[in-house]
Amino acid sequence: MLSNLLHINTLWVMASTMILGIAAGGIGCLAYWKRQNLMSDALSHAALPGVVVAFLIIQEKNLLLLVIGAALSALLGAFFIQWFSNASRITEDTAMGMTLSVFYGVGVMLLAIANRSPGGNQSGLNNFIYGQAAAMVRSDVITMIALASIVILIIFLAFKEWKLFLFDANFAKGVGMSIRGMNVLYTIVLVTTIVIGIQAVGVILMAAMLIIPAVSARYWTHSFKMMILLSSAIGGLAGAFGTWVSSTGSGLPTGPFIVLTSSAVFILSLLFGKEKGIIINFIQFKMQQRASQKKHPLAAEKGGSQ
Amino acid sequence: MTSSVIRVDDLSASYQKNKVLNDVSFEVKEGTITAIVGPNGAGKSTLIKTMLGLHPKLTGNVRFWGSPFKTAKKKIGYVPQRGSVDWDFPTDALDVVTMGLYGKIGWFRLPSKKDKEKAMNALKKMGMEAYAHRQISQLSGGQQQRVFLARALAQDAELYFMDEPLAGVDASTEKAIMTILKELKSNGKTVLVVHHDLQTVPEYFDHVLFLNKTVYAHGQTEEVFTTDNIARTYGGDMQWVGKGDQYVIQSSSH
Repeated sequence: MLSNLLHINTLWVMASTMILGIAAGGIGCLAYWKRQNLMSDALSHAALPGVVVAFLIIQEKNLLLLVIGAALSALLGAFFIQWFSNASRITEDTAMGMTLSVFYGVGVMLLAIANRSPGGNQSGLNNFIYGQAAAMVRSDVITMIALASIVILIIFLAFKEWKLFLFDANFAKGVGMSIRGMNVLYTIVLVTTIVIGIQAVGVILMAAMLIIPAVSARYWTHSFKMMILLSSAIGGLAGAFGTWVSSTGSGLPTGPFIVLTSSAVFILSLLFGKEKGIIINFIQFKMQQRASQKKHPLAAEKGGSQ
Repeated sequence: MTSSVIRVDDLSASYQKNKVLNDVSFEVKEGTITAIVGPNGAGKSTLIKTMLGLHPKLTGNVRFWGSPFKTAKKKIGYVPQRGSVDWDFPTDALDVVTMGLYGKIGWFRLPSKKDKEKAMNALKKMGMEAYAHRQISQLSGGQQQRVFLARALAQDAELYFMDEPLAGVDASTEKAIMTILKELKSNGKTVLVVHHDLQTVPEYFDHVLFLNKTVYAHGQTEEVFTTDNIARTYGGDMQWVGKGDQYVIQSSSH
């Protein structure tokens, strides 16, 4: 009876990390072609102080409210990055590096304060660093699934618009698209995905959920649509599988297992991927070499130089 | 009596501290094909981008058919420099050309079969139908340029801006592009082209605009395309040598 209950709970949590993985895989593709992989890392770290501040204010662990706090502080981080790189001579990657470490540092400091406050160390706030999907309750799961579904819907409904925006923003503007609007939407979708994921995966590893599925998918396809679908599939698979593995032992963090799963997929893709995977590249090169040696046997004997 | 399609008054723009456009004013008549020429850093691309609202203007006014860009943009096509996009992006030639129709297709709707046909026709015009499903990263530079041109054709605009469409393309692509430009012109469309090769100006363009931060000369090619105007626009250290039909530019500062 008890094991059955546990089982159902695990299934719910697995479903939520799977849908989170799907959303993260999809938005990860957008981030990949926006060349903003580091941005997602900076924003997930920047979410930490918001979580703790929200907890200190409401004094209870309500995921939706913590997520709103996280989103506000991640958006503040995004604003700082934009502002620093536009208004000063600091380049964007420097601004991201600074924002990441400063926000994370503040977050960890506030966390120490929150943990000392009454009831603080039972709050499970520490889970936001490495991620603990098993700690999620039913309402957390529902919040996560609802928000992730909205993200997925936005990615797929505006698929054609994302493609044009990412490929050629100037041209997109010419055919009447608002580039500022798309940038705002992109940031909102990215931040939403990050903040709903940090409880399950943790602020440190959240970026990996966005980056790794997208680069893995890149090794298999030459179509943007396929890349998004594949990346979402890899993300969903890694989310569910990582959660399942971490739930087999007690207190194992979820984030690292999800990341290890998607990393395994990445290594397979890097080796066997049909688009410029290492092994395919090597085989194609060897076949071409053999073919040209057959055509010019003399030249090949002389070392092939003309 | 042809009417004025573009009217630019006192347009200025800058990059950080450097003013790259200074009080640029000119008018372009309908059905003309104009070369914008000038040395590197003269603000040729910036002029186009500023007119299309892709770069902020400091002062001045730009009107298309008497109205601002916002209301006229559906009738304007833009062919950016080939290097302005990432050709590694996972898509094929036909898909890029279809992007030219997105404004007409409408948001959140997928291109129909008819749209794909239109895109295919544009590719055919550029002699690229065999490459429709070729990955764009596997196209040569000239083929990529043709794809960009085809996308602009699919847009079916009245006025075209092209930023160095002939830069770094081979002779057959140059010929294909010029054939299309002449066809656009004979259909009454207006074309502005940023151009770098002075030798081909008299052959390809009926109007020339000499630009070096400001307009040095502008008018019909046979009237303003003179050694004098070239020397003034390109600066004193340029020598202009005419060899019969051939023109050679020599620069002492490189």
